[in-house]
Amino acid sequence: MRLLAAALRAAWEFVVGDDWRTAVGVVATLALTAALAQTGVAVWWVVPVGVVALLVLSIRRAMRLR
Amino acid sequence: MSGAELGLALSVLLACAVEAVEALTIVLAVGTTRSWSSAMAGTGAALIVLAGVVAGLGPALTALPIDALRVSIGGLLLIFGLQWLRKAILRAAGIKAKHDEREAYALESAAARAAGAWHAGFDGYSFAISFKGVLLEGLEVAFIVLTFGANQHRIALAAAAAGLAVVLVVLVGVAVRAPLARVPENTMKFIVGVMLSSFGMFWGAEGAGASWPGGEAALLAIVPGVLLLALALARRLEQWRLTAQAREASPAILTSEQASGA
Repeated sequence: MRLLAAALRAAWEFVVGDDWRTAVGVVATLALTAALAQTGVAVWWVVPVGVVALLVLSIRRAMRLR
Repeated sequence: MSGAELGLALSVLLACAVEAVEALTIVLAVGTTRSWSSAMAGTGAALIVLAGVVAGLGPALTALPIDALRVSIGGLLLIFGLQWLRKAILRAAGIKAKHDEREAYALESAAARAAGAWHAGFDGYSFAISFKGVLLEGLEVAFIVLTFGANQHRIALAAAAAGLAVVLVVLVGVAVRAPLARVPENTMKFIVGVMLSSFGMFWGAEGAGASWPGGEAALLAIVPGVLLLALALARRLEQWRLTAQAREASPAILTSEQASGA
């Protein structure tokens, strides 16, 4: 059990790293894309807009922590 | 070879070359300082584990339905890629320290010497450090090979690109017999960050139900678009850093001018 917890923690550190907010933002952006796609409108632009916002916010957070 | 396959091969090749350069520094340091045979045994063991990870997870991933695969792998790639890109932008702007292979080699060699005496034969320290170094650097490559390869059902191509990068780095390392300090690692990491984020964006959106204008050709706009954004952010941050440094330095200049009566 302890080994599993350690493996999960390592996987989290590896993929998500020190900025969990970006990970949450990516999931939210993809969920929004999927929800809007159900309505039949063009949604290809949602992810690029989300990525630009997430990258800028992530850099701003990194700068504040310095 | 399609554009997406070329992007796959290029991304994996660059990412793997960068990680292989870092792993080579660790293996060179413990091999030169302590025991080559134990360092090579550790490297071999790590490569076997990495090959097992790719061989074990690859077929399982490609068996998933394509949309589920694309949205999950695209999302993971995007999360992972944005991390690489953020660090690369901060490094390019001079805000985060750049990776220096000579310094890493010196630190690793000093640690190996300080780890105590060893006798002829198997050296546990060299084995463990090489194993850990190659495994940790290699896991990032295995992740990229699996995500890129599974999404296009071209794990063999991704693995071949990774293998080619390792062979190239090892050959150059053997020829030079020193850490590969001249490899433009930070530029390569910048490009890998752009590629991971771009492909993550493309596949994630497709898996979530979006249709890109022009289909796969949209990557021809996404990749340069992400690159331009990253370069613009790096330039803006660099200007900010230089302005902040000048502002910090100016009171000192004023004080010295005042002191000299200027």
